[in-house]
Amino acid sequence: MVKNSKSSYGSVAIAIHWIMALIVFFLFGLGLYMVELTYYDTWYKGSLDLHKSVGVTLMFAWICRVIWRGFNTSPYISGTALEKKAAHYMHLLLYCVMFALMTMGYLISTADGRGVEVFGFFEIPALPISIENQEDIAGDIHWGLAWCLILMVSLHALAAIKHQLLDKDGTLMKMIRPKVES
Amino acid sequence: MKKQLLTAATASAIALGSLFSVSAQAADYEIDTKGAHAFVQFKIQHLGYSWLLGRFNTFEGDFSYDEAAPEKSEIEIVIETASIDSNHAERDKHLKGADFLNVDEFPKAVFKSTGFEIKDDDNAIVTGTFMLHGVKKTINFPIEKIGEGKDPWGGYRAGFSGKTKLKLSDYGISYNLGPASTHVEIELHVEGIRK
Repeated sequence: MVKNSKSSYGSVAIAIHWIMALIVFFLFGLGLYMVELTYYDTWYKGSLDLHKSVGVTLMFAWICRVIWRGFNTSPYISGTALEKKAAHYMHLLLYCVMFALMTMGYLISTADGRGVEVFGFFEIPALPISIENQEDIAGDIHWGLAWCLILMVSLHALAAIKHQLLDKDGTLMKMIRPKVES
Repeated sequence: MKKQLLTAATASAIALGSLFSVSAQAADYEIDTKGAHAFVQFKIQHLGYSWLLGRFNTFEGDFSYDEAAPEKSEIEIVIETASIDSNHAERDKHLKGADFLNVDEFPKAVFKSTGFEIKDDDNAIVTGTFMLHGVKKTINFPIEKIGEGKDPWGGYRAGFSGKTKLKLSDYGISYNLGPASTHVEIELHVEGIRK
């Protein structure tokens, strides 16, 4: 029940999934909020520091998740052949967009060679190369990908609910309660 | 006869001499941005606690200067606003954005002189139009000649420095940076190579 089975995800995958989901929503909201703050708002500087620190944490979680997935089987996918394909590619896309989003964020802050401080404990160093106006280009892409991700996540959630409530095929429960191989 | 000969000889010598000598005359100069012997620097207060300096890394310009008639001088500088560099990527991103310079909409800042008021051999007040953030205003500021002369590689150069203070809100930049930061000082240090 710790590892995935063919009938459901295991407790590790389930925990990472929901923790990362919470973090993604938190970062999106924080991102929207923090860019509206102005110079004399108390949270002007702190909100960005928090956004970056949590973003790096999310990247670590992403890496752990991908590695864990490599050591695990995946549960069956319900639905028509088209729905199975769509689910598979959407999940892949979610991984890719998350990775690109976090990388773009990193490239904004490190465009001048400065590292990213993580909760004041350690610093992720910048890459040895950067391009002209990197902070602007990476910034635009970061903004675009953030909205893409939220859109995709919404579709992902709606699909899970559709399958669970309309098709009644237990899709959502696979990511809520670990079930032993039946 | 001897006196005429001497006068003629002297005149020819002077004429020949002036052919070979590279002297300061009415001339057009291109600002040496290729060799980066020119700087457009800005200075603004941070919270009223310190000075924050930065540069516009990319700009170009030329000037014409005549030592015999300095009041006829002209200068034009075109600055790429997206080249702002305060040595901090996150700050530069903010400065280039809609809150401040809005470089997507206003990619260039331009100063074009309309007149020079000469104070002495090395000092003048230049008047001209400055366009920043889409707003054009007439400004004037003191300009000083630092020096001029031949360079070791066959060229002729002249250098000037100028300083002015601008009110941000005059140019439509109204973001609240605090009461000590309503104005920004611009320093111009240029060296031109005679064309």
